[in-house]
Amino acid sequence: MRDFSNLQHPEQEYKKFLAEGKFMLQRNRDTGKFFFYPRIAEPVTGSTNLEWAAPSGLGTVYAVTVVRAKPPAPNYNVVLVDLAEGPRMMSRVEGIAPEAVKIGMKVKARVIRQGEEGVVVFDPA
Amino acid sequence: MKDAFPRGQTAIVAAATHGIGEAPGYSSMDLAVAASLKALDQVGLKPGDVDGLFIGLPDQFLSGLQLAEYLGIRPKVTDNNRTGGSAFLTHAMFAALALTTGQCDVALICYGSNQRSAAGKLVSSAKEAFFEAPYKPITPGSSYALAASRHMHEFGTTREQFGEVAMAARKWAQLNPDAFMRDPLTMDDYMKARLVSDPFGLRDFCLVTDGAAAIVMVRADRAKDLIKKPAYLLGTAAATYHLDITAMPDLTTTAAVDSGKRAFAQAGVKPSDIDVVELYDAFTINTILFLEDLGFCPKGEGGRFVSGGNIAPGGKLPVNTNGGGLSCVHPGMYGLFTLVEAAQQIMGVCGERQQKDVNLALAHGNGGKLSSQVTSILGSEATL
Repeated sequence: MRDFSNLQHPEQEYKKFLAEGKFMLQRNRDTGKFFFYPRIAEPVTGSTNLEWAAPSGLGTVYAVTVVRAKPPAPNYNVVLVDLAEGPRMMSRVEGIAPEAVKIGMKVKARVIRQGEEGVVVFDPA
Repeated sequence: MKDAFPRGQTAIVAAATHGIGEAPGYSSMDLAVAASLKALDQVGLKPGDVDGLFIGLPDQFLSGLQLAEYLGIRPKVTDNNRTGGSAFLTHAMFAALALTTGQCDVALICYGSNQRSAAGKLVSSAKEAFFEAPYKPITPGSSYALAASRHMHEFGTTREQFGEVAMAARKWAQLNPDAFMRDPLTMDDYMKARLVSDPFGLRDFCLVTDGAAAIVMVRADRAKDLIKKPAYLLGTAAATYHLDITAMPDLTTTAAVDSGKRAFAQAGVKPSDIDVVELYDAFTINTILFLEDLGFCPKGEGGRFVSGGNIAPGGKLPVNTNGGGLSCVHPGMYGLFTLVEAAQQIMGVCGERQQKDVNLALAHGNGGKLSSQVTSILGSEATL
């Protein structure tokens, strides 16, 4: 029987880890398969037998756009990164000019403080 | 179970637009009702004759109920579905099912938005995802730009090819007196337009306008009593894979692959049979993706397919003959305008942009961030 009294609190727990500087994802305890974004159940299977685990943080840029901000605000990039563990997430590559971010680039995750919250960004690996 | 869509058993008998561009001083509902009255007038019907209502306004969550109240009617079927800009094609699908099963006799599908004069920007009640918001993508433009970046990477699609889409839309708009943007647009203008979210510049984005549209559907047996050339609904199918771009499985292939395949099967026709194509072009990449996914050209060839004026007036395939969301009208949710233009091309009432002998027209709606895809195929009496 599925235990509904013990469901994870996906958004809350994800953000709490980030606030502590930790990048954690959910995975299925039975198969070890990771998924993103955080949910109360694994997509397709509906499994609620989930645990939080740290991914390697390694990934590859899948798609990129540079948002042209109104000066004097600087331009910034928005990327989709394919994590080594499989899931894809939105993020930003830091440490290089936004226009220099290319599809296929290998990157590594880092948690930064942005305003009140922890946020995952990537550096060129 | 076999897909038993009621091919040709219902028809669009009236199709109208209203307030395209700027319509200050009216609510979104006022505009939707004005378009509805225009459509009903075309076939001598009154609001009191309508017993099936289909609507989804940008600024009224319960717009189906509000529309019934506004018109002073007591509908048997009220649908306020929200699949984004594609909602109205989904409405047509359910209207066909409701009409053929006797749930209603006269279906009205309408939309209106005063976003340009009231807000000056895209109005949306969609909530930003917690896993995207911290990265400040432009919503929804950056999501589409990400898809465009991937298409360029995988298939060598170029900015010039996106420019071809924008220029074709503008050339069609120049043939449409109702279109909002009718000034000439050159490749140089396109390339020099301010970049917004790479690879997209200003001319890759749809317009922000006011505007309204409405269609009336009845069963086929009644259609010919109301209008000489009804646009029969031969097929309509919907598909969705995701909401946010993060969750889109493959950024170069949309759910239009599924919706198109099923709609063509329902209609019993193939892409090469289609006379005019009306695609939801929220961004230039949409036209390219949908031409590929609906089978008008192979995957990856869309950029080359739209080049050389191939989809512009006088080209091989007339695409977005009203000027599209890029140059005619885009009041937040554009889907219904694809059905209006497709139906009007079959009715033969499109003036200077009217194509000759239109027997089959395809309308395709997109919702969210390449999320919801709905394909409708309309046919003249000759296709029944």
